[in-house]
Amino acid sequence: MLRLEQLSKNFGGLPALSQVSFEVFPGQVTALIGPNGAGKSTLINCMTGVLQPSSGRVLFRGAAISSLAAHQIARCGIARTFQNLKLFPRLSVLDNVLTGLTCEAGSSMVMAMLRLPYLRHRERRLRLRALEALDRFGLGDKADWPAAVLAYGDKKRVELARATVGNPQLILLDEPVAGLNAAETAAVGEQLHLLRRAGHTLLLIEHDMDLVMKLADQVVVLDSGQKIASGTPAEVRRNPRVLEAYLGCMEATA
Amino acid sequence: MTDRQKFLYFIALHRTGLWVTALSLLLLVFPLVENNPYTLGLTNLIAIHAIVVLGLNLFIGYAGQISLGHAAFFGLGAYGSAIACVTFGLDSWLAMLLVAGLVALVALLVGIPALRLTGHYLAMATLGLNFVFHTILLQWDQMTGGPSGFYGIPSLSLGSFAFDDELRLHYLLWGLALLSLLLCLNLVRSGVGRGLSALAGDEIAAAALGVDTRRAKVKVFVLSAVLASVAGSLFAHTYGFISPDSFGIFVSTDLVIMVVIGGMGSIWGSLFGAALITLLPEWMDLFETYKDFVHGGILVLVLMFLPQGLITGLLDLLRVQLARLRQKNVTA
Repeated sequence: MLRLEQLSKNFGGLPALSQVSFEVFPGQVTALIGPNGAGKSTLINCMTGVLQPSSGRVLFRGAAISSLAAHQIARCGIARTFQNLKLFPRLSVLDNVLTGLTCEAGSSMVMAMLRLPYLRHRERRLRLRALEALDRFGLGDKADWPAAVLAYGDKKRVELARATVGNPQLILLDEPVAGLNAAETAAVGEQLHLLRRAGHTLLLIEHDMDLVMKLADQVVVLDSGQKIASGTPAEVRRNPRVLEAYLGCMEATA
Repeated sequence: MTDRQKFLYFIALHRTGLWVTALSLLLLVFPLVENNPYTLGLTNLIAIHAIVVLGLNLFIGYAGQISLGHAAFFGLGAYGSAIACVTFGLDSWLAMLLVAGLVALVALLVGIPALRLTGHYLAMATLGLNFVFHTILLQWDQMTGGPSGFYGIPSLSLGSFAFDDELRLHYLLWGLALLSLLLCLNLVRSGVGRGLSALAGDEIAAAALGVDTRRAKVKVFVLSAVLASVAGSLFAHTYGFISPDSFGIFVSTDLVIMVVIGGMGSIWGSLFGAALITLLPEWMDLFETYKDFVHGGILVLVLMFLPQGLITGLLDLLRVQLARLRQKNVTA
C-alpha cells in the first residue's frame, strides 16, 4: 500500500535518514520504532509532505507522492495524528472532528457563502458521521465542549477520532500513547485494535513496546537514520542489532 | 419529542438565522425610533466599516494572517468608483462591480507573492502597499485631485430613486452590511470555514487535513479586498467627497483594531468592533486630539489580557467556564 524506496533526508549535509526502504501492507499494523533521534519523525514528515525527501521515493498505491504537497497527500487518503497534539483549542470537539472531513466538505468558497441546499444536506451528513466517530471513542457527550478544556487523554482520543472519521486508507499515528497513564494506554490500545479489526491500515510510531508487540504485524526498527531490522515482533525482539540499539553495546554491559 | 423539545431544537438548529432576522428587524425599525440625521449618519458609517471589518476578520481571525494595508483596498474602491463615475461617466452600480473586480485582481497579484511571507514580514508588506497607494493618491493629482480630494461624486440611485439622505442610505448600507454578514456567517459555518479556522490554529495540521493552505490564504485575502472595495465605493457615494486622509495607514490600523476589539474569528464581533471604534470619538471630545493614543492603548490592553480579542476572548472564557462546570456536575 505504502512503499518507501531508498528514502534519504539530509539537513544541511547531516543525514537524518539514509536509504530507508520498507513497505506497509494493507489491513496490517506496521510499527516503526527506534531510540530518540533515530529519524522517526523526519520519516513521517517526509511521508506526509511536510518535508521533501533529499532522495528516494514514497509510493502510495503505486503512485509517487514524495513530490506532492501536504494537503494533496492528505487528499490521497493518508491521515495522521501528531506527537504533540495539534487540536484546535478554540473549536468545539465536534468541529475538531469535522476538520477531519475537510476533503469531503467541498472547497468552493463561493458555494459555501451561498450555503446552497446541497451543501446544507452534506453538512448534516458530515455532522452525523463526526458524531458517530466521537461515540466510537466514547466522547459523544462532550461534542460541544471547547477542545481546550478536555483532559490530555481525551484530547488524544479526539485526535484519533479526527484522523479516522474520513475513513482514510492509511493512518499514521505518531506516538498515540505518549504521556498517557497505564489505563489510558490500554484504552487507546483497545481502540487501535478495533481500528485494525475494522480493516484500517495503520503505521504506528511508538515507544511503548508492550503496545507495539501486542498490536503490530510488522515492526521496522530505525537507528541513526538507518533501518537496522524489520520483521514480526518476535523476530525483531530477538535481533541482536535491535537489542544493541536499545540497550547499548552488549559486551560493555555484560 | 415534546413540543418544548421540538421548539428548543428548532432554536438551536436555526440560531444563526434567527439572530440575523432579529438584527434585520431591529435595523428596520431603528429609523422610526431614532430619526436624527446625525445619528443615522453615524450608524451608516458603522455599516460601511462593518463590511470592511467582516472581510478583514476572515483574513486575520480565520485565516490567521495580518494585513496593515486594507485601507488601500478601501481607498481603491472609493477612488475607483469616483473616477469611473465622474471622470469616465460610467453607471455607479456598474462602476462598483468593475472596481471590485479590478481590486480582486490587484489583491490576487499582491497576495500571491506577499502571502508567502508570514508574521512581521506580511505586516510590513501590506503596510508598504498602503504607503505606495497613499502616495499615488497624493501625487497623481490630475486623476485623484491630490491632497485636496475628489469632489462631486454622485449619490447611488435606483432609477429615479436616489439614495441621497441618511434615511434612504440607512436601508441601503445596512442592507448590504447584513448581506455581507450573512455571506460571512455562511462561510465560517461551512467546511471551507472550518478549514480556515484550522489554518489559523496550525498550518501544518491544516495541511495534513487536506487544506490547501497557500490557496486558502490568497482566496480569503481576495475576498476581504473585494468587501473592502465595495465598502469604499459605498463610502464615496455616501459622502460625495473623498480625500487621501481617509485611506492612510492609520485607517488600516484602525480597521485592525476593530477586528481585535470585536474578536478575532468572531463574525458577530466584527459588527461590535466596527460600532465601538466608530462611535468612541463621538462619546469623548478629547478623543479628537488623542485618537491614535486611545486606539493604541485599547489595542495593547486587549492584546495583553484577551489575546483573542475582546468579544471572542470573553466568550471563550465563558464557554470554558461552562464546560468546567458541566465537567464537575458529571464527575460529582
